[in-house]
Order: sequence, then C-alpha cells, then structure tokens
Amino acid sequence: MWGIVISVAAVSGMGAALALLLVIAERYIANYGECEITINESTDDRKVTVQGGQPLLGALVGQKMFIPSACGGRGTCGLCKLKVKEGAGPVLPTEEPLLSTDERDSGVRLSCQVKVRNDLKIEIPSELFSIREYKATCARIRDLTHDMKEFRFELVDPAKIDYVPGQYIQLLTPVYKDNEETYRAYSISSDPADRSAIELVIRYVPDGICTTWCFKYLKEGDEVRFNGPYGEFRLAKNVVPSVFIAGGSGIAPMKCLLHQMKNEHSGKEVTFYFGANTTKDLALVDEMDRFTKDLSSFKFVPVVARPEPDSGWKGDTGLVTEALARDLKDASGMEAYLCGSPGMIEASIKVLKSKGMPQEKIYYDKFA
Amino acid sequence: MEGIAAQSWQAFVVCISAVFTQNVLLSYFLGMCSFLAVSRQVKAAMGLGAAVTFVMVSTCLLNWIIYYHVLVPMGLEYFRLIIFIIVIAAFVQFVEMVIERYSPVLYQTLGIFLPLITVNCAILGAGLFMLIRQYSFIVTIGYSLGSGLGWWLAILAMAGIRQKLAVSRIPAGLQGPGIALLIAGMMALGFIGFTGVLAG
Repeated sequence: MWGIVISVAAVSGMGAALALLLVIAERYIANYGECEITINESTDDRKVTVQGGQPLLGALVGQKMFIPSACGGRGTCGLCKLKVKEGAGPVLPTEEPLLSTDERDSGVRLSCQVKVRNDLKIEIPSELFSIREYKATCARIRDLTHDMKEFRFELVDPAKIDYVPGQYIQLLTPVYKDNEETYRAYSISSDPADRSAIELVIRYVPDGICTTWCFKYLKEGDEVRFNGPYGEFRLAKNVVPSVFIAGGSGIAPMKCLLHQMKNEHSGKEVTFYFGANTTKDLALVDEMDRFTKDLSSFKFVPVVARPEPDSGWKGDTGLVTEALARDLKDASGMEAYLCGSPGMIEASIKVLKSKGMPQEKIYYDKFA
Repeated sequence: MEGIAAQSWQAFVVCISAVFTQNVLLSYFLGMCSFLAVSRQVKAAMGLGAAVTFVMVSTCLLNWIIYYHVLVPMGLEYFRLIIFIIVIAAFVQFVEMVIERYSPVLYQTLGIFLPLITVNCAILGAGLFMLIRQYSFIVTIGYSLGSGLGWWLAILAMAGIRQKLAVSRIPAGLQGPGIALLIAGMMALGFIGFTGVLAG
C-alpha cells in the first residue's frame, strides 16, 4: 500500500517540480515586460505602453487603433502593413512573400507578424486615428438574389457614423461554430445622409467564415460589431464623365456613390456597367432604375454573361469588358470607378487604357 | 566502476559508433518524422539538428541523474518511461521559449517542428538505450552527443541531397516523402559500410 502512495507522490512531485521550473523560466525568458510604442514621432508623437510578447497588430488594436486586417493575423492579406522605424527585429519568413524590396528597404512590415519584444517606433497613416469601433443592431436582412443579401445595421454606440461614400468597414465575425473571431471588409452601400445606420451587400462564399455567419446564423435583432471607416475609394469632385464598373457585391460602393450624387444634385455623367452571370444574379435593379429617374445623366447598363434561354433578356450580353469595349470610343477625358473581383478589375483596366484613359483616372479598392 | 580514463575512452568510442555504425536515424530508424519533414532546406535542417542535439544531450543526462539518483533508490524504475517523457516535454518547452526570445527567425522557420521534438522517438530511444546498455554518466555524455550529432549529420546530408533534387524531374507518385524515404534507405545502406570500423 505504501508503495502505491510513494510512487504516486514521487511522480507527482517530479511533475510539479518540472512545472515550477517552467513557470520560473517563463517569467524570466518569455516575459517581455511592458514596451513603449512611439507612433508618428515626427508629427503626432503619440506614445502607448503595451504588454510585450503579443503581435504588434493585436497590441495596436488593443489600444483602439484599428489597423485594417482581412485575414485576422494569418499573414495572408497584407492589409496590416505599416512602417516600423526601430525595434522590429529581422524580417520573418512569413512576411517575405508579401513585402516588395522597396517596402523592405523602407522598413515596412506586416504588423500581424511582428512581435512586440522591446520599445518600437512606428508610423501609421493619420486617418487611422479617426477609426472607431461601432456596436449596432441588425435591423433588416433582405434577399437580393439567390446568393446575395442586403444587411441593414442600425448604430447603437456610437450612434452616428461619418464616412466618405466609397469607404468600407471591417465587420467582426464572432465565434459561432469552431472558428476564430475574424474581421472581413465590406463596402457601405447605404445613403450617406442617413448617419445612424449602414447597409452592406454581402455575397455568400461557400465555406467562407464571415458569409456563413451572415447567411446562416445572423438574425434580425442580433448585435453586430464593426470598425471603420477605411479606404481611399471615393468620387472625385468634378463633372468629368465617368464609368462605374462592378460585378456581384461590387455594386455596394457604387450604390453609395450614386446616393451621394443624388444628395449633392451632381450633374456628373455616369454610365454604370454591372456584370452578372445570369439574369438571376442581377441585384438592386429597382434601385438603379430609381437613380436613372432621379439623376440627370445616369445610365444603368446591366450586362449578363449567360442569360437563361427562357428569361427573355433583351439587354447587353457577354462580359462587362466586352460591353465596355463596344460602347467606349475615346476615354481619354473620362474617369472610371471599379469594384469587383481582381480578374474583372485587371481586364477592365486593360480595356480602359486601350481606349485612352490615363491610369491615374482609374479608381478601385484593392481588397478583393 | 572503471577509472575515469577508461570511461572517457569508452565514451569516445561510443560517440563515434553512435554517429556512424549505429546511427540512431539510419541504423535504428528513430526520429523519422521530423527528419522527413524538415529536411528540405539546409538552413532549417541545421537549426533543427542543433536543437535536437541540444535536447538529446541535456535530457539524456538529466534522465540519467533522475533514474540512478531518484528512481532506483526509491525502487520506482518502472516509472522511467513516464518520467523520461515528462522531462523531455518540459525541456523542449524551455528550449522553445529560449529560441523564441533569442532567434525569432529560427523560431518561425522551425514552426511546429520545435514542439514536435518532444515526440521525436530518437530522444526517448537514446535515453532508453543508455539504460539498457548500462552506460555510466561519462559514457552517457559521449553516447547522447554521438546520437545527436549522428541525427544532425543524417538530416543535414538529406537536406543537401533534397535541395539538389528540387531541380530534378521526379515521378509524381514519388515526390516529397516518397523519394525522401528511398534516399533514406540508400543512405542507411551506405552507412552499413561503416560496420566493422570499430571492431569489438
């Protein structure tokens, strides 16, 4: 009997001794203490103190500085790039594929991969200081097509949001199954005059973490959280004739731009080429017809790639880029606003440049 | 117990044999898993080989002390498997912390394979061999060092070969672990040529 007690005590004792040694080691080796991060030393010179040992992205978000990120720290999206002037350590293998040589030379790093081990000096664009985290209620979910829905979020805290039409927010996807909390970027599609709510157009992606949550778990009345606004995509302040080109959920920021034009009584001449695979994928057609009536020079051109034989489709067929090439003669004095898949954007840029449009006049948001 | 001089000579002989004639990886085929996975690049293989050697020497010595000075006096020799594994696991955790602190690049390169050293059967195997063959402390130093270096040598050689292989045309079914195992087998055959180097 004693044998059992002694043996159990001995093994437990040795296990406990090792655990104690590890705890001590962790306190002295893995403990990085508190680190000070100096932000924008030459302009704002903000200093924050954070707990060392965490990724820089997490440390900044914890200080309410919302650096954009679409992959949630996995090192795949590249949106969290910022300049680290001092204290970052060597470039890690996980960062290398996403940094160009120029970026590496100027100290640009992926903040989700850089670990805070000592004091750092970093530089971030000043607009990031005005980004807030918002709590809202899902007020309405509306079906637009078989795989696209419109979500209306009414703000709770803060109660109002200010954004430039064309900007996007990062929607927080909570843990709903066995996923991790993650953020995904979506452009705002609602009327900017309504500052107490935002609307998003989301297209279902099979096995997508966020879209699965939005389509299968999120219900009207649920609380949602997002931060923003982000993005450089916006309407230029002029009356230069323009084309809008979008596919699928890319119609979202275009709708927002059209609301802005209506509110400002803009006389800008706009032709909107909207690409869809079949007639069932045409979304927000009624809204576009309303804009055609309300705006003085807006033309909506839906382009269906493969219309079903029994749909009676009389409009343009084929790809958006084909319709563009057909209609545009000389684009040298025009602008273009694009939103859609990277393939569509690349192809459209080629067509626009071949018709004489200068590269600087082609605007698009880079996240796909 | 034999004199220090005799033990040191035995330690040296055991060390050489552990590297060549009784290579823990190529003769006993222990520690294959991380060997196959990390042997694609020489840089990573260097790092992992060093880590495994360090862990092997340290845990073998620690385990020797614990076995002969704690377990045997208390009559608890049958616990050696559990205790050895616990010691190896704790030690690898410690090594992981140190590497992360002082070389984040190596830490990122090794990635998941650092904690996998815990279940590298070469490490437990070396510890058990030292007991079965009843090596003294000094001889254990030589043995564990030789085993670690032998494992390091094997993974380094494999990495060198695979880096050159990267530009050859390998049939689709054999790419990756397939060709690696074939090469490991050929290397093992080559090392059999060392038998008889240390007669007696």
